[in-house]
Amino acid sequence: MKEHKLLTKRFGEIDPFSIEDFVNVGGYETLKKAMKMTSEEIIYEVEASRITGRGGANFPTYMKMRAMSKETGDMYLVCNADEGEPGNFKDKHLMEKDPHQLIEGMLISAYAVGANRGYIYIRGEYQSAVYLLEHAINEARKHGYLGQDICGKDFHFDLEVRQGAGAYVCGEEFALLESIEGKPGRTRVKPPFPTEAGLFMKPTLINNVETFSTLPHIIEMSGEEYGKLGSSFASGTKLISLSGNVKHKGLYEVEYGTTIRQVIEELGGGVSNGQKINMVQLGGACGPIIPEHLLDMDIDNERFEIFNSKMGAGAIIVIDDRFDLFEILLRTMTFFAHESCGKCAPCREGHIQIVKLLQKFYDTKVTYKDYESLVSLANVIHETALCGLGQTSTTSILATVEFFQYYYQQRIRQSERREWAL
Amino acid sequence: MMNAMINNVSVEVEDGLTILEAARKYNINIPTLCHYPELHINSDCRICSVEIDGRKGLKTACSTPIKDGMNIITNSPRVLNARKTITELILANHDANCTACTRNLNCELQSLAKNLGIDINRFPSVLERKPLDLLNPSLVRNSNRCIKCGRCVDVCKNVQAMHVLETMHRGHEMTVGPAFDEPLNDQTCTFCGQCANVCPVGAIMEKDNTDVVWEKLHDPSVYVMVQIAPAVRVAIGETLDHENGLISNGKLVSALRHLGFDHIYDTNFTADLTIMEEGTELIDRIMNGGVLPMMTSCCPGWINFAEQRHPNIIDHISSCKSPQQMFGTLAKTYYADKSNIDSRDIYVVSVMPCTAKKYEATRKEFRSFYDIPDVDIVLTTRELSKMFRQMGVDFDLIKEEPFDNPFGITTGAAQLFGASGGVMEAALRTVYEIVNKKPLVDINFESVRGLQGIKEATVDLGGKEIKVAVSNGLANTKTLVEQIEAGTSPYTFIEIMACPGGCIGGGGQPYGTTNDVREARLASTYFIDEEMVCRKSHENEMILALYEDYLDEPNSEQAHHLLHTYYEARK
Ligand SMILES: Cc1cc2nc3c(=O)[nH]c(=O)nc-3n(C[C@H](O)[C@H](O)[C@H](O)COP(=O)(O)O)c2cc1C
Ligand code: SF4
Ligand code: SF4
Repeated sequence: MKEHKLLTKRFGEIDPFSIEDFVNVGGYETLKKAMKMTSEEIIYEVEASRITGRGGANFPTYMKMRAMSKETGDMYLVCNADEGEPGNFKDKHLMEKDPHQLIEGMLISAYAVGANRGYIYIRGEYQSAVYLLEHAINEARKHGYLGQDICGKDFHFDLEVRQGAGAYVCGEEFALLESIEGKPGRTRVKPPFPTEAGLFMKPTLINNVETFSTLPHIIEMSGEEYGKLGSSFASGTKLISLSGNVKHKGLYEVEYGTTIRQVIEELGGGVSNGQKINMVQLGGACGPIIPEHLLDMDIDNERFEIFNSKMGAGAIIVIDDRFDLFEILLRTMTFFAHESCGKCAPCREGHIQIVKLLQKFYDTKVTYKDYESLVSLANVIHETALCGLGQTSTTSILATVEFFQYYYQQRIRQSERREWAL
Repeated sequence: MMNAMINNVSVEVEDGLTILEAARKYNINIPTLCHYPELHINSDCRICSVEIDGRKGLKTACSTPIKDGMNIITNSPRVLNARKTITELILANHDANCTACTRNLNCELQSLAKNLGIDINRFPSVLERKPLDLLNPSLVRNSNRCIKCGRCVDVCKNVQAMHVLETMHRGHEMTVGPAFDEPLNDQTCTFCGQCANVCPVGAIMEKDNTDVVWEKLHDPSVYVMVQIAPAVRVAIGETLDHENGLISNGKLVSALRHLGFDHIYDTNFTADLTIMEEGTELIDRIMNGGVLPMMTSCCPGWINFAEQRHPNIIDHISSCKSPQQMFGTLAKTYYADKSNIDSRDIYVVSVMPCTAKKYEATRKEFRSFYDIPDVDIVLTTRELSKMFRQMGVDFDLIKEEPFDNPFGITTGAAQLFGASGGVMEAALRTVYEIVNKKPLVDINFESVRGLQGIKEATVDLGGKEIKVAVSNGLANTKTLVEQIEAGTSPYTFIEIMACPGGCIGGGGQPYGTTNDVREARLASTYFIDEEMVCRKSHENEMILALYEDYLDEPNSEQAHHLLHTYYEARK
């Protein structure tokens, strides 16, 4: 099997510092094409392409764009480049290897919805991406692709880079907007949604780096053609950040419909030094952990709904049989206890209790009652938390309770035996 | 209109309601914790989670708009389990030592836990104890009880526009308080106590002075006298299971006598005196080119706000002491002189609807002879109610008694001091008649009554139309003060009350002060005014006698010496 390179096709072929390189291979031509279309025509193409958000929540992109295009007055475009989810690095590559692709995608979106200011919110750790994008923005401005009267038309749009302060929750859209406004990164109550009242309470279209970067390709090849890529559940290509115990870790672009096993074995070269795959975590810290026998599922988002979760932003983390499940869970939940913004009660007070319960599993001092509390708590946080952080943080517990039930049973029995032995 | 199902009951409600509002219309009770009428919907506690057919996860009823055709379940095992779990989690990070808390049996978290049937908490305590903030005379902050509902932050920031309280830190370390967890003392906090009034638990409360008062009441060597503010009498009934919110002055007086006070007086008396002094000062400023607009001075929260944040406008504030402080001064001068008692043996207790009054009583300006405070201690309405409960006073059985003299004869105008717009109305009744030398046709100034943010009226004074304004709550005060600073204020006289609704909505009033409750307290206030024989301060015979006897005339040298004060810039 092979990669299907669309967003990554120029990677290594062009100098990311050179706008000329980008223009020479046809860059910004799609913008010109888009600017000959009406707003509704562009949004129609996006609808026909069936693309959904690549930042993790998989919301149909055209719906947000259509909602925005109905608004009037000041509006903002925001690119979510916070990429705080452990195990993900696709946005970093997109920004560092083809920054103008992102800018072009944002320009097309801005033109379609009628926004004239935009922000790219980049996580603080990504200093080289910040540097490259700032450079690219300046170049684009010099060449008349940003600023006033873009491409000689009555279209004005400018971009600014903002840096995150390292909080995971700032990737959540409202927390991110609050952070741009200079406030602590905490989410807001929905509704209203960002497209109704977002940045500075103005309509705001907030998309992931990959989502924006896909837009030029949709307009270039037409929505219908793009929609033919992928599977019947999800269209197009997906960037996969492959990490963990595999031979060739790295970024791969594949069509939806590719199976997880294909990515791990055929692209990643399988597990290194003869170990066996035991578990695979999908999406990142907030994703499910699945057993080896499920790897023949494709990376398609909708099918992952069976875990009550999603492929997320596209991370695949391979875990071989040397690792203790409870150590992984303990580490993950400590991360969330630390990263919870503290706004809502189940997430703020729940994670610390989950950590205490997992510590008991890890220490082999656990009872069946603890197990029940753990499962109940994981469910309650998942069902009641205010934002996506709490709603997804316990996925790894809920999935392993389903797929690795024997580990839990085993640990409880070991604890009992330990108790008798004492 | 739209139709939906809640617990298999079909409901028909107007568009734009939340699930919570719709359910309440049909008497379906969905428990809440962080929700408070008139404050923003934070939906932080997630207690009101409900199930909606076809939607993933649970949704909070307080924030989710009800939609046509929705099928909502508020009481499934799944929902009940979620509510119970969240409450256990909150309790595990709360100093749940209920019997040692003033809010025992009056705590929203406690009643939630009881209603949900929590008798054992599955989760161990994760409370990390922090020291209390005990450094100011008005408010105590106990973070160990804070459940991070965000109500206090919302009131402080959005209702009062003070921005003193904030949420800080992330995750489990999240705290609520002033920046860097500094004491309130070091902040530009007005001590209005609105935060204490909305806190569902005992995490922000008035500094409890009941023990000191009990001690003095049992000390035979001191004369303990009490003054009771106008707003207290229209609210305290709410806390005493008395079916009518309004408890007659007569019953209140005899209950105070039961507690052991030697003399029971009415702050309304010095409210009338304030009108005489302030009214005369206003006329003087108008006639002799003084600084205008003149602003009222009876609200200590407002004085704190002005001194801390707008010291450049303090010349606009009337030099009159507040009624509480005028009373204190008179008690330790006039009363001491008349009854031949050493003022050091007099102990003045005030009962106020207000936490800032506790601070006011400690100001250095309000200490006179022998450097003792004019008012020794201030109790809030809630603290007095606590003392009544400690005593076991039964208001249904108790007999009525009149206030003691000389500070017991009052007017309807004085009672209005409890309401936003009331000081203005009382002042206008007097100033109008003194300047125009003819009786007012209609003494009710309806346009300055009610809960609107800024209220205005125009009055004819000696053939000149003057404009007056009333500001209700500190956020609105900011607007009026900024007008003065910009030199564009169209007004001659401005009344300011820091708390929404005026003193009836004060920070020391019974818990659960919502706009409906404010309206009820206001109605009682105007009812008392209507029932009084004398409704104008300048017609109060006892006040006139006091001038004759001791103070000479309004704004006289003696009156200035005793009843006026000054303000200065403070951090
Ligand atoms: C805790 C949390 C962290 C998130 N982090 C990111 C992130 O780093 N990058 C991102 O694009 N979306 C992130 N999201 C998703 C965003 O909230 C939002 O759905 C996304 O930016 C929308 O863009 P899309 O439609 O293009 O995916 C996060 C969500 C949550 C709840
Ligand atoms: S789920 Fe967690 S991160 Fe999200 S609002 Fe609640 S406390 Fe904050
Ligand atoms: S102090 Fe009281 S009102 Fe403020 S957040 Fe804590 S519990 Fe809520």
